[in-house]
Amino acid sequence: MHELPIVQSIFDICVKHATANNVKKIIAVNLKVGEVSDLQDEWIQRYFDFLSKGTIVEGAKLNIERVPLVMQCKLCSESFRVDLRDGRKVECPKCQGTEFAYVSGREYTVDSMEVV
Amino acid sequence: MDEIRLIEVKEGILSESQAMANRLRERLRSTGTFMLNLMSSPGSGKTSLVLRTIDALKSEFRIGVIEADIASTVDSEKVAAHGVKVVQLRTGGFCHLDAAMVSEGLDAIGPQDLDLVIIENVGNLVCPAEFDTGANRNAMILSIPEGDDKPLKYPLMFSVCHVLVLNKIDAMGVFDFDVRTVEQRVRVLNPSIRILTTSCKTGEGMDNWTNWLRDEVEISRRKPG
Repeated sequence: MHELPIVQSIFDICVKHATANNVKKIIAVNLKVGEVSDLQDEWIQRYFDFLSKGTIVEGAKLNIERVPLVMQCKLCSESFRVDLRDGRKVECPKCQGTEFAYVSGREYTVDSMEVV
Repeated sequence: MDEIRLIEVKEGILSESQAMANRLRERLRSTGTFMLNLMSSPGSGKTSLVLRTIDALKSEFRIGVIEADIASTVDSEKVAAHGVKVVQLRTGGFCHLDAAMVSEGLDAIGPQDLDLVIIENVGNLVCPAEFDTGANRNAMILSIPEGDDKPLKYPLMFSVCHVLVLNKIDAMGVFDFDVRTVEQRVRVLNPSIRILTTSCKTGEGMDNWTNWLRDEVEISRRKPG
């Protein structure tokens, strides 16, 4: 259910940048969404189609790039991919450290738009 | 045929809402008010924890509560009966609160006369995690019957909270719940999170919770403006 306010926000950002760049039509919108963020791809597109009817954004395809969860070990600086669904204890593959910092996985951005 | 070109946007989808949340925190700072956002799934004990907290701290602090519910006013009636200011926001189907809704709630209870505002968010481990409410701290409850696998299923919620309250520890023997497993899973996402165990039913562990909260409220009271 929280998809709707998020789609509204994506739509507003599209319109703002389209107006600033004299765009006639938006073909596609490229989003970057981290793996940790929750988003239903299918519903996002449906809500977006609904909201954008009759605007320059109508018909635009949302391309959602899922950014993997990557952590960096605080001990040895090794970066590695984390699969949360795995369920096992997460440790650094190089030094077995257990303290990490986020590298990626929490993105929530409109990255770019393909326009004419 | 016009040529397709690419426009760089690089704009956070929630940046507007984030900015609003930051403005709310500024407003709270000017009145020396501390605001807590309490989240959890339905039935884990949010209202019970709010009531316990009011009873423990109402002689020390002026407390207000913002209740969010999709349709009912059941919780706000219980809270009002404990003698504090309460406002009920009916989210009308929305699954979470955002800073704009909280701002209206604050207008209704008047933060200038309060030391502590507790937001009881909508019971849900998914959506509330995405939206900054403007609170100073996020706390979440995970109750023992829900299971120790929840950090794997709702990683964002566990990564945005400052405190995790493991509630209903009186029911520990009945369920397969391993506190150490939860700790391990949560700390991957959020190494600095504080983890407390409580029972709102028996009162066990409540001191750790109220002590943490008292310290946070005192810090906010000492540096207004």
